[in-house]
Amino acid sequence: MRSIDGAILDLKRLDLLATGDSLIHRLDARAKVLTTLVFIISVVSFDRYEFTALFPFFLYPVVTASLANLPGGYIVRKIGLVIPFALVVGVLNPLFDREVLVRLGPLAVTGGWISCASIIIRSVLTVGAAVILVGVTGFLAVCQALEKLGTPRTFTVQLLFLYRYIFVLTEEGARASRARELRSCGRKGLGLASFGSLIGHLLIRTWLRAERIHMAMLARGFTGEFHSRQVSAFGWRELGYVAGWSILFVALRLENGAQWLGRLVTGLLS
Amino acid sequence: MHMADALLSPAVGGTMWGVAAGTIAYSSMKVKKELDERKIPLMGVLGAFIFAAQMINFTIPATGSSGHLGGGLLLAILLGPHAAFLTIASVLVVQSLFFADGGILALGCNIFNLGFFPAFIAYPFIYRGIAGGEPGKARLTAAALIAAVAGLQLGAFSVVLETVASGISSLPFSAFVMLMQPIHLAIGIVEGLVTASVVSFVAAARPEIISAAAPGSLAGVPLRNTILAFLVAALLTGGVFSWFASEKPDGLEWAIAGVTGSEEVTGTEDALHTMLASLQEKIALLPGYAFRETGGADDKWAELGHPAMAPEDSGRIGTSMAGAIGAAISLMLAFGIGFALKRQLVGEK
Amino acid sequence: MSHHIVAVKHLQHVYADGTVALQDVNFTIHHGESVAIIGANGAGKSTLLLHLNGYLTPTAGEIRIGDFPLTKQTLPEIRRTVGMVFQDPDDQLFMPTVFDDVAFGPFNLGLPSDEVRQRVREVLEQVGAAHLMEKPPYHLSGGEKKRVAIATVLSMSPDILVMDEPTSGLDPFARRQLIGLLKNFRHTRIFTSHDLDMVLELCERTIILHQGVVKADGPTPEIFGDEALLAQCRLEKPLSMQGCPMCGQGRREQRNAGRKGSGGVNDS
Repeated sequence: MRSIDGAILDLKRLDLLATGDSLIHRLDARAKVLTTLVFIISVVSFDRYEFTALFPFFLYPVVTASLANLPGGYIVRKIGLVIPFALVVGVLNPLFDREVLVRLGPLAVTGGWISCASIIIRSVLTVGAAVILVGVTGFLAVCQALEKLGTPRTFTVQLLFLYRYIFVLTEEGARASRARELRSCGRKGLGLASFGSLIGHLLIRTWLRAERIHMAMLARGFTGEFHSRQVSAFGWRELGYVAGWSILFVALRLENGAQWLGRLVTGLLS
Repeated sequence: MHMADALLSPAVGGTMWGVAAGTIAYSSMKVKKELDERKIPLMGVLGAFIFAAQMINFTIPATGSSGHLGGGLLLAILLGPHAAFLTIASVLVVQSLFFADGGILALGCNIFNLGFFPAFIAYPFIYRGIAGGEPGKARLTAAALIAAVAGLQLGAFSVVLETVASGISSLPFSAFVMLMQPIHLAIGIVEGLVTASVVSFVAAARPEIISAAAPGSLAGVPLRNTILAFLVAALLTGGVFSWFASEKPDGLEWAIAGVTGSEEVTGTEDALHTMLASLQEKIALLPGYAFRETGGADDKWAELGHPAMAPEDSGRIGTSMAGAIGAAISLMLAFGIGFALKRQLVGEK
Repeated sequence: MSHHIVAVKHLQHVYADGTVALQDVNFTIHHGESVAIIGANGAGKSTLLLHLNGYLTPTAGEIRIGDFPLTKQTLPEIRRTVGMVFQDPDDQLFMPTVFDDVAFGPFNLGLPSDEVRQRVREVLEQVGAAHLMEKPPYHLSGGEKKRVAIATVLSMSPDILVMDEPTSGLDPFARRQLIGLLKNFRHTRIFTSHDLDMVLELCERTIILHQGVVKADGPTPEIFGDEALLAQCRLEKPLSMQGCPMCGQGRREQRNAGRKGSGGVNDS
């Protein structure tokens, strides 16, 4: 979130991906939310020293992204942004965990390095799954799915309000911030005092906007209840989607697919 | 201090999801009961405001580095505990989905760490206690400072507990605490100062905003309930954490065991193993060494964890070589399939 | 037809901080009229509009919409009758998609969802925005937002349309499109605007608000002809009535002749 304008553009791009039309896009959002959950739980449930068994899980994000025709480069870039954070935590593992677990010829690999690598792969998989979920579903549909899965309406409705006004307010914030930067030479003027009043102004404007929105709601007969339409249904297709992937995930969780594949191939060669 | 999925075990993540979901349900009920429908758009729009505010940086005095607003305490001051908790939670939901800031499974932890402490502990008990009705600037700053520091310290400690209980990071508890608490002391001080400066600006420019928030929030906090909720949450998490910290059972199996009963799980697992083993034997592409030797996927690394007991032999290296080759192949396969699917899609168009 | 009358009698509004926004405002607007309320910044236009659908309560005086005085009991009916379009469409379009936004009012009226669906389609076609139905509001352009905002109000089939600064922030093409659209409505229309050329084109009657009172109320060409009055109220003639800066010739006579001749010569 370094550059404000960049962040806004990024948000808009991800949001627009969800308006695509594909087999995956057309599925009910609940199916995609549930599948993503099963996927993430399966991935993170591995022991900390598990490394190779994680690789077959790449099948899910890659296949989903391809079927939904999401731009691969964009997804990779999004994931790439998060890797440094995983690395910061993961790289501490080799310091504390120096037991040699595997020797590859002259190379002694400690548990710390294995678990560090494992953390990075986990990050890529879980972050990828989340990005793809939004890319093929859209925030509105995710919210609707959450509501149908039992989230209180008060929460989902204000979640939608939040999402709607992110676009308006970040642009407003970007304008204010730009104005401050342009009038402050170098670092001077970017301190706490100007920050407090800048954010304060922004807050007041936000508050007044909330009042106007409420006014607009009242003007159209709002009585405290939100009505929404039913757009899709959880049918056989959705059931098949969730069940199919879940079975695969559990199988891959219980049996190291990479190991199995590796032996299959090395066995063939020998 | 957003936690990521990669450092979390399903048991800890799941437990915290439960805690967060319960608190969201409770807070939603409370907000609904207040019957202040004006709050619904206000909460959402203020949540969006937090996003905008977090993108704007300021220079931290005397250090030259830059920081930004967290916003938890500010929201609590403006909205009162329940509405603030819901707003923080929704900010975190959007962050996890769009900015990959904290994962989906980690959402429960993050909502608890960053939402519960400022909204239900720091604001009602510390900030309101010190600031009172209409505080002067010094009093307000002191209140915000102490409340922000306390809220972040509790949150940071909670991060440590959750991470250690998950057992993915090898960082020992004491080292992690020594790392997290001082960092968050600094962050807390900055957060307190920023919150105070924003609140005092708004209180001077538009006093009705701050005063409109205050009475509602006081009435909205029955002390007893909050303490009770906190106790329950603490017992629940403490209990679950300590149990996991000592037992460290495999998360998914624990979850499955919770649903189906443990014997059945081991039963099916064994069945699956034998089935796969026999399948392999039938295909007969593999020499017989691998399967028995490595055992199940679960106890393999446990053996490896004790090198003295598991001398490196050709079999082991063979196993890990096979694993590495298999990993590479599965990666290639995954991307190959994806590429083919995409080609096909493009072809159809 | 008394049903669509808007009558404002001795309206006064004093804000909580003591600011007198409206001192004593009186006017009556009849069915089918198109009226502009103009005035300098801070003249009280927005405060006045917020009284027309009961968001603000008068400090003194009375407002009647149709046969009803504006009271707590009549409020829901009056809010349906008076459709209010806000200046900033971002305040008005708060739902996740255009469809949801336009459907918001009809759902609140308790209409069955089939009828809501049909109404949404109709009004979106009316404002030329049917293709935007499934889009989220933040992906729309300024002109599109404005037209959708109008649709959200039309979907409640109001008798009276109240619009705050309808053309502000629009590019010339979008402005022209909007004026063309508004011209075709047969509702009673009340606008506030600083776009005096739009006023000249759309409103046969103009009310000047100045320091919380009605300073002038009459046919638009007459009001805009009184330069002394305009100057006193911090206003000026619409540009189309001023001399041409390039050739120095006035265009007013020409335009007036055109207006009388066909009644709508400058449609988009």
